[in-house]
Formats: sequence, structure tokens, C-alpha cells
Amino acid sequence: MDYEVVIGLETHVQLKTRTKMFCGCGTSFGAPPNSHVCPVCLGYPGALPSMNREAIRYTVMAGLMLGCRIAGYAKFDRKNYFYPDSSKDYQITQLDQPLCLGGGVEISGEDGVRRTIRIHHIHLEEDVGKLTHRAGCSGVDFNRAGVPLMEIVSEPDLRSADEAIAYLTALREMMIYAGVSECNLEEGNMRSDVNISIRPRGQQAYGTKIEIKNMNTFSGIHAALLFEIERQKSAAAAGQPLRQETRRWDPELGETFVMRTKENADDYRYFPEPDLMPIALSPEQVAAWAADLPEAPAKRRTRMIAEYGIPEYDAGVLSADRALADLFEAAAKRCGNGKLASNWVMAEVLALTAKTSVALTDSALTAEALGDLLKLLADKTINGPTAKALLPELFEKGGDPAAIVRERGLGQVSDADAIEAFVDAALAANPKVVADFKAGKQAALGFLVGQVMKQSKGKASPQLVQEMLRSRLA
Amino acid sequence: MAGFDIDRVAHLARLALTDEERTLFGGQLETIVAYVERISALDVTSLPATLHGHGVNNIFREDTPREGLDTETVLDNAPARVGDEIRMPRVVE
Amino acid sequence: MEFAKMTVTEALRGMRAGAFTSVELTQGVLQAAQAAQNTIHAYVTLDAEGALAQAAEADRMRAAGQELPLLGVPIAVKDNMNVKGQPCTASSHILEGYVAPYDATVIAQLRAAGAVFLGRTNMDEFALGSTTQTSYFGPTENPVARGCIPGGSSGGSAAAVGGDLALCALGTDTGGSIRQPASHCGLVGVKPTYGRVSRYGIVACASSLDQVGPMTKTVEDAALLMNVISGQDAMDATSLDEPVPDYTQAWIESEGSEKPLAGITLGIPKEYFGEGLDPEVHTRIEEAKMRAERLGATLRPVSLPNTAYGIPTYYICMTAEISANLARFDGVRYGLRVPCDDVIEQYKRTRAEGFGAEVKRRILLGTFVLSSGFYDAYYNRAQKVRTLIRRDFEAAFAQCDLLLAPVTPEPAWPLGVYQNDPIRNYLSDVLTVGVNLAGCCALSLPAGKTAAGKPVGVQLIGPNFGEMMLFRVAKALELPR
Repeated sequence: MDYEVVIGLETHVQLKTRTKMFCGCGTSFGAPPNSHVCPVCLGYPGALPSMNREAIRYTVMAGLMLGCRIAGYAKFDRKNYFYPDSSKDYQITQLDQPLCLGGGVEISGEDGVRRTIRIHHIHLEEDVGKLTHRAGCSGVDFNRAGVPLMEIVSEPDLRSADEAIAYLTALREMMIYAGVSECNLEEGNMRSDVNISIRPRGQQAYGTKIEIKNMNTFSGIHAALLFEIERQKSAAAAGQPLRQETRRWDPELGETFVMRTKENADDYRYFPEPDLMPIALSPEQVAAWAADLPEAPAKRRTRMIAEYGIPEYDAGVLSADRALADLFEAAAKRCGNGKLASNWVMAEVLALTAKTSVALTDSALTAEALGDLLKLLADKTINGPTAKALLPELFEKGGDPAAIVRERGLGQVSDADAIEAFVDAALAANPKVVADFKAGKQAALGFLVGQVMKQSKGKASPQLVQEMLRSRLA
Repeated sequence: MAGFDIDRVAHLARLALTDEERTLFGGQLETIVAYVERISALDVTSLPATLHGHGVNNIFREDTPREGLDTETVLDNAPARVGDEIRMPRVVE
Repeated sequence: MEFAKMTVTEALRGMRAGAFTSVELTQGVLQAAQAAQNTIHAYVTLDAEGALAQAAEADRMRAAGQELPLLGVPIAVKDNMNVKGQPCTASSHILEGYVAPYDATVIAQLRAAGAVFLGRTNMDEFALGSTTQTSYFGPTENPVARGCIPGGSSGGSAAAVGGDLALCALGTDTGGSIRQPASHCGLVGVKPTYGRVSRYGIVACASSLDQVGPMTKTVEDAALLMNVISGQDAMDATSLDEPVPDYTQAWIESEGSEKPLAGITLGIPKEYFGEGLDPEVHTRIEEAKMRAERLGATLRPVSLPNTAYGIPTYYICMTAEISANLARFDGVRYGLRVPCDDVIEQYKRTRAEGFGAEVKRRILLGTFVLSSGFYDAYYNRAQKVRTLIRRDFEAAFAQCDLLLAPVTPEPAWPLGVYQNDPIRNYLSDVLTVGVNLAGCCALSLPAGKTAAGKPVGVQLIGPNFGEMMLFRVAKALELPR
């Protein structure tokens, strides 16, 4: 029988606030155990939560980025359950009045057609501590306890493992873009619970839902989904009914297995958090925050193709990274040549970040400097090799390209008389090479060009030198 | 009172009860539940709930770091430690 | 000099005039307090060494010409307030071994105002009770009506001040826990408006109902303490950004006038004078009413029609919040742990061992009213009835400035009575819980004694942030000590 796969995702995205959701502790990753903790996030007697405004702002921005409706009224609730990683034995979360409702993420579907995966809602909650299982005991580290997490809940609109990854990739791109999360997968900034079921194609009712908990790599999610789809299909084919259950992905074994259920998982006794007053955002407040929001990547890609005449591939690479796209657009405007700017950003700038392992945002390269450099190149004040030689310096230390070119006399030599003299000298000094060229050895020309360039200290126009040599040797 | 299941509630609350407590609290709580049930006499359908001590919304804090506790203070308070972590019996997942 | 009998105002006057030092004063109070530990048992712990060091520091500051609102004044604090470096047990076994690594905001405020911390006062375990008999450390006796309960849950604080074992104290009030013991021990006790005083660092009982407040010998002392502990706190997201007036100015204009209460209307809520009100208590309240009239106040009958639903509503809201607030006492991060191989078993045994019977009862009730299938009938419905109760008070305050009523239906009862009758105990809160459910402010003021010498208090209830009016009227009605 032909089955349709139905997938929905609940994705936890860590917000990039400086402090935790309800206290002033830092959120940095990899600190020694229990070093980013205070009475609040440890659930000490008498400690109270207080709401981080920035976390609310980031969540609203994420919602706006995904086209959600921002709730006029939202509140926090307590979810009660005992677990050693929970510092209060309740989690502060949002049960039924979250900050953002509706919205969607556009992906390229299985069939290549672009479609929207609907978002059900986004709510805000606090992370729990970390349990490490050791021989004979478990250890608890509360550094993560209280770190702000958005839970982005999709509708069951995804139809394959590939689509799920396309959705997560697009979601990650948008969150980084909106500047609300680093979405660093290794650091667990983006973790997903997956709900998956199958049904005979054409059937309206959903099949039995299986949840796979807490996965943080896209490859893991993809593999887990493929495994689970196969497992469910074989079970259906064998006529075995599936049970609604929660499973965990074991990346080493490459299979999912049933989790031991938390014993009171069925009764969290949610109730409104009395320590935190509700949030009632005015439309003016939301509008003010919306003003800080960047253009969505998909929109930007389309606009950049039209505006700068750059290839779709380039636009795709550039728009995927907000810092890169910002650099490109500003440099393109400054030098007045979109294609040139795109080539340089795509080839030279990306090569530099790869070579130096310094992120663009951490480098000294400004869009002004890059734009000016490309302008000097475009109006032939300097030649390509000079521009290439200057870029690492601008990347490392910054500076004004025009001033550097002036000070060091790097301006391109286009004066034919001056070049003529260098050509004469090169021909006179290398009779053997000249003979080789005349005997048909084309490579000899390159050597001669190099000699002339060397004499001009790299400032001669390479094209002019080549033309001149050819005419003299003809 | 129908529905008051002392064992279920005690389990949810993570309280081990002795047989005597089970009987004593079970009886007392049934009486108390029956007593508080008198609020069911009121028609509350159109009423909003009062969930907080007052009605002022939007009380936020700025995203400013604040010094926390040092690890040794935290571990001194903990009943048992393993390295710099708080020791618990092995949790089976 | 009988230091321990002094009021805060008298002590400040004496120290400022150079008649005695804070060390002398503190020593005198500590002596009295220590001597009464085996009888009254007001304190869970006394910190003589720390208190004397703080007193010496206060004396140095004063000698250097510095002055602070409470410089050198010894104060007792309830055992549910975190004081850095001290144990803080909320009179429960389960917090054995816990050392507070931080100051509650009210403690930091008192410290900054120069107060000297004598020690920690006994209370009902986790503030759950109205007799101070549920304390893990044993009961406290009423220092005025000997052989009787001091009231609760702030019974240790009340006994300390009422028995002249402290000049003043802080208590907490969730359903009457300041006002009722103040009434039983012949003190002034203030339950401030919800959001007036920070709750940060106070072991939570019921978050939406708790407030910290002063327990003092005089109205003026209470106003002095309110000046220090009021104000918004960034660490308590329910505290409010309302200006803090100088509460000692509340009676300045009317004081000395023959009719200091002229123009003030006092509402008399008829439901607070119903069946079960002790005749002697009733008489004292009638006298207070007459005194108010003589002083120029207009009395007006008002109604709080949903008063009868106060106790059930309170016991649902409060226990629901408690069931969550007390979940953190799980033997993981601090306090008592009964080690087991299994985590769930460890939770259950730790909590069984660490909590007393009343705490267990309330946790069970709170867990039940929130549990699936019962949430709507109990918790959710109670939140709506809470709206009715809040509206009752709002409607009453549209007709009067303050309400005047008894604090408790009867005077202090003998120790040990009603201990196994929870409902009987719960019902004694009937005249105080409404204020907490509504969020407004109230004050308990001594109104004389019964023939047997048991103190009786009169309750003044004000609208939100009506503390100035409370103090003005209380000051006028205050009986000579």
C-alpha cells in the first residue's frame, strides 16, 4: 500500500540573550558545572523569577519573521513534575496563551514546488539543567537551568525526512537572520522533538503518532525519520498496530527505541505562574520592535537578483548569511557594480574567512572599505592583483583603500611609454626566452609578462603588457 | 467525595504516606474537599479569573548580568556531590 | 533600664541622645530573649554574637556622626526570611542544613537602615497554620495570655514583641499570619498591599497572597518599619512601582485635633459580625467603633456578600500554589535528603520525613485541586470566586475610606486544642483571608483585653495602597500602652 508520511516538529531555539530567562546568570556554553547559577535558577528557598525583557522582544521578532500574529495578552504557567534536572520541580512555560500564533516557513517541497509549512504557535520557556549519568550515580549541573528557549511548534505539514530538514534549515536561517539566536547546533541551541505518523495516501485521519525526543543535529533527525518511517511502514505492512509512544534516537545503533515514560507525565497540573505578571504588548510596542527586523532571506534573495543582476546561486549564498548579504549590498551600492561586488564577496571574502577562520563579523573589513577598493579596481586606478593583495590587510586591520593606494603609490601604470621601457628591458635581458616563444612555446610569454610586471613593481596593467609584448614579438 | 484518590495524589506530590497517615489524611481531606466544594453553589460562568495578587501587567527586568553564587557555596548546600555536580541516585531514562 | 520593654521610637530617641548604646540595648534584649527561650520559645535561633557585632558597628557609625532610620535597633525576623550566612528553615525539618547564601530584599533594606538582627522567630511550618504549633521546633506560647497559642503563622515574631523579647519584628501574612498573632499578643501588625513590599528571599507560601509586614508595639513603630521595607524590587516581578510616602507623616495633620477622624468614613462589614463572634471580642470592637465616632469618624454599614466563600476559595488558591512552591524541597540541591537508590523513592521518603502533617495535608489538597479532571471544579472556579471577593472590597471602598472589623472571631485559645481538627483551624481565618484574596492592605490594632486578660485586636482594612489612611486612623484609635 502507498503510505503518506506526516511529520510535525517542535523546535526549541535558544535565544541569544546575555542572561537567563528569569535571572541575571550568564548563558555561555561550556562553563564548568554549576558556575552560572544563582538562588533563582537553583530554585533556592525564597528566590523569585523576573522576566527578561530582551527574551520577550526576541520571541516577538522571531514571530514577526515567521509571519505570526503577536498575542495582545500572554502569560506564563507552571508545569509541575519532579525530575532531578528541574530546579523548582516545575518548569515556567506558556500553556495556552503564548506570545506568537500562526505564521509559516516557506520551503521547496518534495516536488520542487515552494510551499508553506504552517506554524501553530511559538511559546517561551526555561531550559532545565543537565544530567550526566555515571557509574552508580547521576550528576546534575544547573548552568543551563533557566536559559530562555522558544518552542516553535509546526503544524503536521511535512511529508518526508527531506522536507523536515528543509524546514529546519529555513527556520534556522531565519532565526539567525532575525538576530534572535545563534542557532549553534553543536551547542544545542536548536533541538527538536519530532512527531511522525503514516497513513494510507488519501486518508484524512492521522495515523498513530510517535514522538522522537530531543535531537540536535540535522543529520540525526534525518536518519531518525528515515528509520522511523521504515519501521512504521513495515509494521503497517505486517498488520501490527502501532502504539502512541515516545522514542529516543540512538545515533550509534542507528535506530529509535522506546523511552521509559516519566511516571506522572499524564498530569502536569499546569496553572498560571503567580510570580510573573502577564504580558500585554501594545501594537505600538510591537511595531517598534518590528522596525528592528531585517528582511526575510527568501525575499531578499529575490530582490537581490532583480536589483543587482546577480546569478540566483550567488543570491542564494549571499542571502543565507545576513552579515554577508549586508556587506555585499553596501559594497555593491558604494562601488556601483553589483556583479563585481558579488564576485568578490563570493570568491575573495569567503576564501579569506575560510583561510583565517575569522568570521566576517569579527574581521575589520567594512562594507565601505570593500566598496572603495572595488571602485578603485573598476575605474582602473589599481589592477586586480593589487586589489587582491590589499584585501587581507583590510580584512585584518581595516583602513581606507584610497589612502593606502596613494601613500604607497600602488596606482596602476597605464602610461605606454613607461611600460615600453620595461618591455624593452625584458626582451633584451631574456634572448633565450624570446627565442623559445618564437619557436612556438606559448608559455614563454607568461614569463616575459611576469618580468615586466616585476619591473613595474606590480603596477603595470597586465593586459596592456601582454598586448605590447605580443605586438613586439609578432 | 468521589474522585479523591489519596494514593494518586500522594504519588503526584511525591509523598510517601504511612498506613496511619493514609487513613487519617484520606478522611480529613475528604471532609475538607467536601467543605471547599461549597463554591460550586455560585454561578461563575461570566466571571474573569483573578490569577494574581494585583492586575498590573508587563513587569520586566533588563538583560543585565548579575553576579551569582560560587560553585563551592552551591555544593556545600547540596546533600551530596560528585565532582562539581550535585550527586543523585542513577536516573534511568 | 528595661531595654526590652522599649518601643523602636523610644530606643532611637535614647540612642540618639546618647543615653545608651546599641550594644547595651541589644545586650538587654538578648538577655530577656534568652531567658524566655525555655518558656515562651519565641525564637528558633538567637544570634547573640552577630547581633552584638552589628550593634557595635551601629555605635561606631553613630559616634562618627552617621544616622540611619533604624541605626542600632534590634529586630527579630521570621524564620522564613533568608539572611546571608544563617540557617533559614521556615521551621521545617526539610530545610535542616540549608545555609542562606543571600539576603532577602527586606533584610538588605533593614541592614542598610542600620537594624540589628537578633535572631529568627518560630512559626508554623512553612507558614501553614494559625497557631505556631506546626513548627518542627515545637510550639511558642502566648506571652500575654499564658498557656494559650500566640496565633500564627508569625507566632514567634508576635510572642517576641508582645513578650518584650524584641523591640519589633517582621512577619509574613498569607491569610492573616501577621494580623491574627498581632491581635492575640496585643500588637500592631500590618499586612501591606500586595506588591508594596518585596517578597524576594521570603520562603514562599502562596505567591499571589504573601506579603511581608511589621509587627510592633505602636503604630508609629510600624510606620517607621514600613518606610524602610516598602518599594519596588527588580528581583520581585510582582512588586509595584508606587511612590513610598513617609508613613510617619500620616497623622501629622490630624494629630492634636479633637476630631482627628473628621471626614473619614469607616465601613462596618456586617458579614464580619456574624455567628461565631465571641461576645467579648464583639464588645471590644463596639468600643473601638464608638471611639472612632467620638473622634469624628462616620460609621457606615457595608456588605462583603461573598465573605462566606472566602475560606473555601482561600484554601483552594493557597494550597494549589503551595503544592508547587513546596515541590522544590526535594532533597536534591539543599536541606534534608533521605538517601535511596531510586530517585522517585528518594523524593518520597525525603518529603515524608521532612514535612509535618499540616504541610502534607495542604500539599495533598493543592495537588488534588490542580489535578486533571478536578482543575475546573476547584482551582479554576476558585480563581473566579476570587474575582467576586475582590469586587466586594472594591464596592465597599466606593462607600467608605476604610473598613473596621474584628481580626479573629475569638481570642487566643489554649495550646493543644483543635490540633486534630483542620477545618476548625481553617475557619478561624475567616475574617482575614478576604484581604489577601483581594490584595488590599490591613492593620491589626490592640483594642483591649478580655476579662481573662487575653488581648483583642481590631482590624482596619484599606484599599490598595491605602496604608497612609490605615496609619492615620490607627494612630487616632491607638490606646495608651
